[in-house]
Amino acid sequence: MSIAKNPAHAAEITTDVDLRSGGKSSVLAGTSVRALSPRERLMRSVNSGLLTFVVVVISLLWSVPTFGLFISSFRPADAIHASGWWNSLLPPWHFTIENYQHVLQTQDFGTAFINSMIISIPGTLLPVLVAAFAAYAFAWMKFPGRDWIFLAIVTLLVVPVQMTLIPIFQILTNVGLTGSFLGIWLAHTAYGLPFAVYLLRSFFGALPSDLMESARIDGASHLRIFFSILLPLAVPSLASLVIFQFMWVWNDLLVALVLLGGAPEHAPMTVAIANLVNSFGTNYEVLTSAAFISMALPLVIFFSLQRYFVRGILAGSVKG
Amino acid sequence: MADVRFQHVYKRYGENAPVITDLNLEIEDHEFLVLVGPSGCGKSTALRMIAGLEDISEGELFIGERIVNDVAPKDRDIAMVFQNYALYPHMTVFDNMAFALKLRHTPAEEVGQRVERAAQMLGITPYLKRKPRELSGGQRQRVALGRALVRDPQVFLLDEPLSNLDAKLRVQTRAEISRLHQATGTTFVYVTHDQVEAMTMGDRIAVLNAGLIQQLGTPQDLYDNPSNLFVAGFIGSPSMDFFEVKLHRKGDGHAEIIIGQGDEQQRLTLTGHAADVATGQAPGAGDTSDGRPLIVGIRPEDFTLNGASGGDGQTISGVVDVVEHLGNEQLVYVRLPGAYVPEAAETKGSTARLGPSEKVSPGDRISLHVDTSRLHFFDPSTTKSLV
Repeated sequence: MSIAKNPAHAAEITTDVDLRSGGKSSVLAGTSVRALSPRERLMRSVNSGLLTFVVVVISLLWSVPTFGLFISSFRPADAIHASGWWNSLLPPWHFTIENYQHVLQTQDFGTAFINSMIISIPGTLLPVLVAAFAAYAFAWMKFPGRDWIFLAIVTLLVVPVQMTLIPIFQILTNVGLTGSFLGIWLAHTAYGLPFAVYLLRSFFGALPSDLMESARIDGASHLRIFFSILLPLAVPSLASLVIFQFMWVWNDLLVALVLLGGAPEHAPMTVAIANLVNSFGTNYEVLTSAAFISMALPLVIFFSLQRYFVRGILAGSVKG
Repeated sequence: MADVRFQHVYKRYGENAPVITDLNLEIEDHEFLVLVGPSGCGKSTALRMIAGLEDISEGELFIGERIVNDVAPKDRDIAMVFQNYALYPHMTVFDNMAFALKLRHTPAEEVGQRVERAAQMLGITPYLKRKPRELSGGQRQRVALGRALVRDPQVFLLDEPLSNLDAKLRVQTRAEISRLHQATGTTFVYVTHDQVEAMTMGDRIAVLNAGLIQQLGTPQDLYDNPSNLFVAGFIGSPSMDFFEVKLHRKGDGHAEIIIGQGDEQQRLTLTGHAADVATGQAPGAGDTSDGRPLIVGIRPEDFTLNGASGGDGQTISGVVDVVEHLGNEQLVYVRLPGAYVPEAAETKGSTARLGPSEKVSPGDRISLHVDTSRLHFFDPSTTKSLV
C-alpha cells in the first residue's frame, strides 16, 4: 500500500492552503501598485508563466505513479506480469474489469469496508475534538507552563509510530483493549494529537485577539467563546485537519494489524487487501484495483470538504 | 453609570521597568475622559485594565464603589469598542449586537427592541441582516458602537475607535460619538493618540507619556496652561514653537528675553501675565533670576505679520521656509534663531499662523509681531512650566 502515503498528502494539502492565502495577498498588493511599464508587465507574465509551467510539470510527475496504477488496474493479470503499464497505452488495447470483480467478490470485503469506517470516523473525530479544545487552551488561556507543555506535545511529533507499537500494545493488553475498536480509536487519537494540536494552535493563535477579548467583555465564558466564536471561524482548519487525520487512519495498516490482529471480523480494508495477496505475491494485480477502491472514500471526503477552504472567512471582522 | 478610580496603580511586565507607574486618576460619573499620548505611553494598557483584559500589578482600581482588580471582564458591566471593530464575522449585524444580551438571558423581545433602538440611533437599521464583511469601514465601526450601546453599560471604553477610518468619516463619527455620550449620559473613557480628537471630544483630557500622567484638565486648560514641555508640544496643531532663551531682568523692573546668540540675537520685552511670571510676581513662579536660561513657548496664532522691522521689542524676524495655504489661514514655517524642537512636537521648526491675505513667499525675510503677554516659560532642566 504505497499509494497515498500520508506525509505526501499532508504536504500537498498544506501547500494548497498556503498558496491560497499567498495568492490573496499578492492580489491585494497587485491592486495597489502603480501602473507597470510594458517591459515589467512582460517580465511579470513570463515569470508567472514559468511558475505555472513548473508547477504543472511537478504535478504531472507527481501523478505518474497513480496514473500507472490506475491503468494497471484495468489490465489483464498476465499483461501486468509481462510488461510495464505504459505499453498498454498504445493499441491494441486490452482492458478488463476482472481485477475489480475479483476484489469485490472476495469474501468479507464489505465487512472490511464497514470496519474501516468504524475505525476511521471516531479515529478522526476524537483527536480533532480533543485537539481543538487543547489548541484553544494553548492559544487563548493563560496558565503556568503553557508554552512548555505545548513544546512537549510538539516534540512528540518526532517519535516514530513503530517505536511506540510494543509499549502501546502492552498497555492495551493490560487493560484488555487489544482486538477491540475502542483500543484502536484511542491509539489513533494519541498518534494524531501532536500534529492536530500543533496545526490548530497555529490557526487559532492567528485569529485576532480583539475577537476573544470582545467576547469576554460581552460576557462569554471560555466554553461559549470556543463554540460560538472560535469553531465557526475555524472551519477551514478543522476541515484540513479532518482530511489529514482521516487519510492517516484510513490508510493505516501497521497499527491496525498490530492492535486488532488479522481477524476478519475486525480487519479494516488495508488488512483485507494485504491478505488478498498470497504469500508468494504472485497475484499482485489485485492490489491495483483494491488500491483504487480504498482510495474512493478519501477522495470523496477531500472533495466534499474542499469547499470549506474558502478564503476570507474573517473578512469584515477586523480591518486588514 | 459609575465613576472609575485608579489608586496607585502599576503595570509591570516581568522584570522590566513598569509600563504604568503610580497611576492616580479619578474618572467622574457621566464624564467623557480622553486618555491621550504617543504610542507606547500606556494609555491603551490603562484602558484595558479598566476592561479587565490586563492584570493590575499593584494598586487598586474602582468602578463605582467596588474594587474590580479581580473581577472578570464580563462582571464589570463595561462595554468596549475596539480599534479593529472586532465584530464576529460569522454573525449578522443583529446577532453581533444581540450577542451580549443573549448571554445574559435577556428575553428575546427585549433584545429585539434594544438592538432596534441602538440601530436607529446609529442609522444602521438597514444593515441588521447583513454580515460585517458586507459593510464599509464606517458602518462596521458604527455596528461596533451599537454593540456596546445595547449593553447599556456603566462605563463605555473606546480604544482608538476612529483610527481606521478615513479623514472625513473620522470627523463625522467623532461628532456621532459625542452625540452618543450626550444621549446616554454614561461615563466614557476614550483612548487616542490624536490630540485633535482629544480636544474636540473630551470633557477632560489626561495626557500620558512614558506611563505617567503629564497633566489632567479640560481641553482649554491644557491648551492655555500646559504644565510641562511635553504637554505644551503635544496639545495644539500646529504645535507650539519653542525657543531656548536667556532671561534678562532690566533695571526698571521690566524683563526681556534674549533669543539666539551673537549676530542673530533678538530681544522680546515681556508684557502682561508673561511679565508677571518672569519677574516672579505671579504665584509659584519659581526661580526668575537674571541670566536664567529658559525655554519659551509661543503658540503659532500669537504671531502677526509686522510690516515695519522691529525696534519695539515685540518683534522677531526670520526667513520663510515653506508656506501652506489653508484657505482661511496660512501656516508659515519660519527659520527663527534659537528654535528648540522637543520630541513630542508635531512640526519641526517654528510655525506662524497668519491671515490668508498676507503676502508671504519662501525665502522672504519677515518680521513677526509677538503677543508677549501670552508666552509660556519652561525650566530647561525639569521641563516643567514656570507657573
